[in-house]
Amino acid sequence: MRKRYLVGLLIALAAMATAIGCDALGGGDEVDVKEQAVENYAAGVHALYSKSLSSAREMDGAIDAFIADPTPATLEGAKRAWLRARDDYGPTEAFRFYDGPIDNEEDGPEGLINAWPLDEAYIDYVDGDPDAGIINMVDEYPEITADLIVSLNEEGGEANVSTGWHAIEFLLWGQDLNAVGPGARPADDYTTAKNADRRGVYLATASDVLIGHLQGLVDEWAPGRSNYRSEFLALDTDEALTNIITGIGELSRGELAGERMTVAYQERSQEDEHSCFSDNTNADIIGNALGIQMVLMGDYGAVSGVGILDVVAEEDAELADTLRDQVAVSINLANNIPSPFDNHLTDTVPDSAPGRSAVLRTIESLEKQTDTIVSAATAIGITISVS
Amino acid sequence: MDLLNHRSGLRRIWREGRQNACVAVAFVALLSILAACSRDGEIDALLNEKLGGETTAFTDNRNAFSMSARNLNTGEKRVFEVGDSFFEQNWVTAPASTEARDGLGPTFNALSCSSCHVLDGRGRPPTDHDDPERGLLIRLSIPGTTPEGAPMGDPNYGNQLQDRAINEVEPEGRFQIDYVEIQGEYGDGEPYTLLMPTYRFIQLAFGDLSADIMTSPRIAPPVIGMGLLEAIKAEDILVQSDPDDEDGDGISGRPNMVWDIERQEHVLGRFGWKANEPSVEQQSLGAFAGDIGITSVHHMAENCPSSQLACAAAVNGGEPEVPAARSDKLVFYTQTLAVPAMRDVEDPEVRKGAEMFLKAGCAACHTPSYTTGPHEIAALSDQEIFPFTDLLLHDMGEGLADGRPDFLASGSEWRTPPLWGIGLVESVNNHTRFLHDGRARNLVEAILWHGGEAEKSRDAFRDMSRDERAALIAFLKSL
Repeated sequence: MRKRYLVGLLIALAAMATAIGCDALGGGDEVDVKEQAVENYAAGVHALYSKSLSSAREMDGAIDAFIADPTPATLEGAKRAWLRARDDYGPTEAFRFYDGPIDNEEDGPEGLINAWPLDEAYIDYVDGDPDAGIINMVDEYPEITADLIVSLNEEGGEANVSTGWHAIEFLLWGQDLNAVGPGARPADDYTTAKNADRRGVYLATASDVLIGHLQGLVDEWAPGRSNYRSEFLALDTDEALTNIITGIGELSRGELAGERMTVAYQERSQEDEHSCFSDNTNADIIGNALGIQMVLMGDYGAVSGVGILDVVAEEDAELADTLRDQVAVSINLANNIPSPFDNHLTDTVPDSAPGRSAVLRTIESLEKQTDTIVSAATAIGITISVS
Repeated sequence: MDLLNHRSGLRRIWREGRQNACVAVAFVALLSILAACSRDGEIDALLNEKLGGETTAFTDNRNAFSMSARNLNTGEKRVFEVGDSFFEQNWVTAPASTEARDGLGPTFNALSCSSCHVLDGRGRPPTDHDDPERGLLIRLSIPGTTPEGAPMGDPNYGNQLQDRAINEVEPEGRFQIDYVEIQGEYGDGEPYTLLMPTYRFIQLAFGDLSADIMTSPRIAPPVIGMGLLEAIKAEDILVQSDPDDEDGDGISGRPNMVWDIERQEHVLGRFGWKANEPSVEQQSLGAFAGDIGITSVHHMAENCPSSQLACAAAVNGGEPEVPAARSDKLVFYTQTLAVPAMRDVEDPEVRKGAEMFLKAGCAACHTPSYTTGPHEIAALSDQEIFPFTDLLLHDMGEGLADGRPDFLASGSEWRTPPLWGIGLVESVNNHTRFLHDGRARNLVEAILWHGGEAEKSRDAFRDMSRDERAALIAFLKSL
C-alpha cells in the first residue's frame, strides 16, 4: 500500500512539474491561443445558428399569419420577415465546406436549406406554363407533406429544388420578370388562383421544414451535450483549425467570389444570382462576407473572444493586420454594389458602368483576401486547399 | 533466370582459374549492385507526390477531384469557376426561363455533366433503372463505318441508348444488367470470385435493335488531369507503340487514329475507353450531344434517328444550344481540374507495392511519367506528370472484350486508363467499381480481369504472396 501510494505521488509530482515546466517555457501559450480560438468558434457557431433559428421562427409566424389571411399586407409582412431572417442565415455559411453538421456527406441539410439555382417550374407555375410544378400536380402528389417535399429535393437533378430559403422565396415573390423590381406574385395566388390551398400548404410546410433543419444545426452545436460540438472540440487543435479556415477560404473564393458572383457577372445571367426572386442578392453577398469576418475576428455579436486572427498574430502580426484590413475592404466594397444586383447583369450594360465595376472590384477583393487566408493558415502551421 | 545464368557462369570460371574468378566475382557483384541501384531508382521514380506536376492539389477528401490546377492565375480561376457551374447545373427542357440552360434532350442519359461524373469522379453501374446513378451508358453500332471511320449507328437508335427523354418524347429503351459469378484461385490456393456482366435491353420504343447490333457499356471516368493528358507530346505516345510486337514482350500497343471534327483529318486519339476522341473539347461536346442532348458547334443537329418523330419535332433551346463562348469555359474547366497528390509515399508497404508494380510488368502499359509539351493553357505546359498510362490500345482478352470496334480499336482492345487518383475514388464517390463497365468491385478484381496482352502481368499478380498482393494494392491506393 505504502509503496503504491509513493509511486502515485511521484507520478502526480512529475505531472505537475511537466505542466509547470511547459508554462514556464512559454511553449504552452500558442497551444492555448489555438485552443481558445477553437472553443470560441464553437460558441460562435452555436450563437449564429441560434440567432438564425430565432429570426426564421419569426418568419414562420409571419408566413402562418399570411396563409391564415392572405392579403397584400400580410404577404408584405411575410416577405419582410424572410428578408430579415435571410440576413441572419448568410454569415452561417462560413461554417460550411469541411463536412460539419451543415454539409457532411451523410445527412448535412445544406442542400435542403439553401440549394440554388432553382428551377421554378419544379415547384409551381411559371410564365408560359400554368400547370407546372409539384403544387399543380394534384394527381401525382395528392397530399403535400414535409416528407414529400424533402424526398423530392434535388431528385433527378441539382436544380430540382423543392425546399429551403429559395423555395420559400419563390413562393413569396414569384418569378422575377420585372426589370426594375423583384418578383411580384399576387396575394391572390393564395386565395382564388388555381390550387391556392395547395400553394399555402406548400409554403407553410417548406417553412416548417426549414425551421426543423435549423433546429438540428443548433442542437449539433449546443454546449454540454454529446453532439458534433463535443466531437469538434475533441479534435486535434490543428485539425479543428484546418476545418475552420478551410470553411472561410472556400466560401471566400470558390463559393462567394466564384459561383455566386463571377458566374453571374461573366455570363450576365440573372438565373445565376443568388436570391433572384426577391432581389436580395446584395444582402446575401454582404452576409457571407460578414461571416468570414466574424470567424477571423472571433466576434459573433452575442459571443466574442479569441479569433483566428489572434492565432495568426502570434506568428505574424503584420499578416494578421493585412487580412483584417482586406476583409473590411471587401465588406465595404460589397456594401457599395448598387442594388438590385441583376441590373449589372443585363446584356446592354457596359463593363465600365459603375455597378459592374463595383461587382468586379468586390470579386477581386474577395480573391485577394482568399490568398491571404491561405497564407495565414500556412503561417500557423497548417495547410488548406481551396478550389 | 538471369541470376541463375550468372551463377552457373561463375562456376565455370572457378574451374578456369582463381584470378579470372576474382575479376568475375567483382564484375558480378558490381552488376548486382548496379541492378539493385537502378531498381531502387525506378521505385523512387514511382513515389512522387506531385502526380500532376505543379497542378497537383493536396486534398484527399471527397472534393479531391474537384480542385482547380494549383498553378492557374486569377483570371483563369474565374473561367474555371464559371465552367464548374456549367458542369454541375442541370439542363432543362426548352423553352424555360433559365434560358442559358434550356435544350435538354429530346432524348438523353443525364441532366448535367455532374450527374454521371459525380464530384468530377467515377460512375458505377446502376443497380436498376430507378437507381439515380447515371454513370453507365451503352454505345450501339452495326458492322461498317461512317466515311470518317467512326462506328455506324443502329438505324433506329443511333450510336447510344438514351434511356431518358423530355415530356412528350419516348425514351429509346432501358437496359438491365445481370451478373454471373466466375470462380478463380490465386497461386497460393486462396479462392476469389469475379462478376461477369451481361446486358438485356427492354422497353425498346422503336422496335428491336438490329440483328447484328454491337453494344459497349461505358462508365463515366474521373475528369482529373485531362488537359495534362492532352499536353503529352504525340511523339512520346507514338514512340511506345509496337503494333507487331517487334520487341517480343507480348505487348503491342497501338495508337487509335480518330476523326478530328475541327481539323477534318485523322489524328491520334487519347480520350475515352477506346481512345476514340482526340481532344478534351471534342470529348466534351460529344458527351453534350450524346448524353444530355445539347447541340454545339461540333454537333449542330439534335440526335434524333429518322424513326423518332416526336424527338425531331421537339422544341430546341437555341442553335446551337450551348454557344461556343459557354462550352469553351466548360472545356477549360475539364482541362484544368487538378490531379490530387499521391499519399503515403514514405510508407514501406507502398514502396514494396511500387516494386511489385514494376516486377509484374504493369509499367509496360501503365507508363508512369512524362514531361508535357506545350499547351495553350500555360499551366499545363512543361509539367512532370505521373498518369500511369501509355494512352495506347491493347488487346485485353476475351473476358473484357465488347466486340464493338471503334475507329482502329478492335472489339477486344481498350486504351490503358490513367491510374492517378484511383486510390481516391472511394473517398470521392463512395464506391470501388472499376474497369470500362464497372464490373470490378475493387482494385484486386480489376487486376484479375486483365487478360490478352496483360495476361502475364495478371498471372504475376495472381502468383504473388498475400503480402505482396496487399502491397501492390496499397501502392495503387496511394495514387
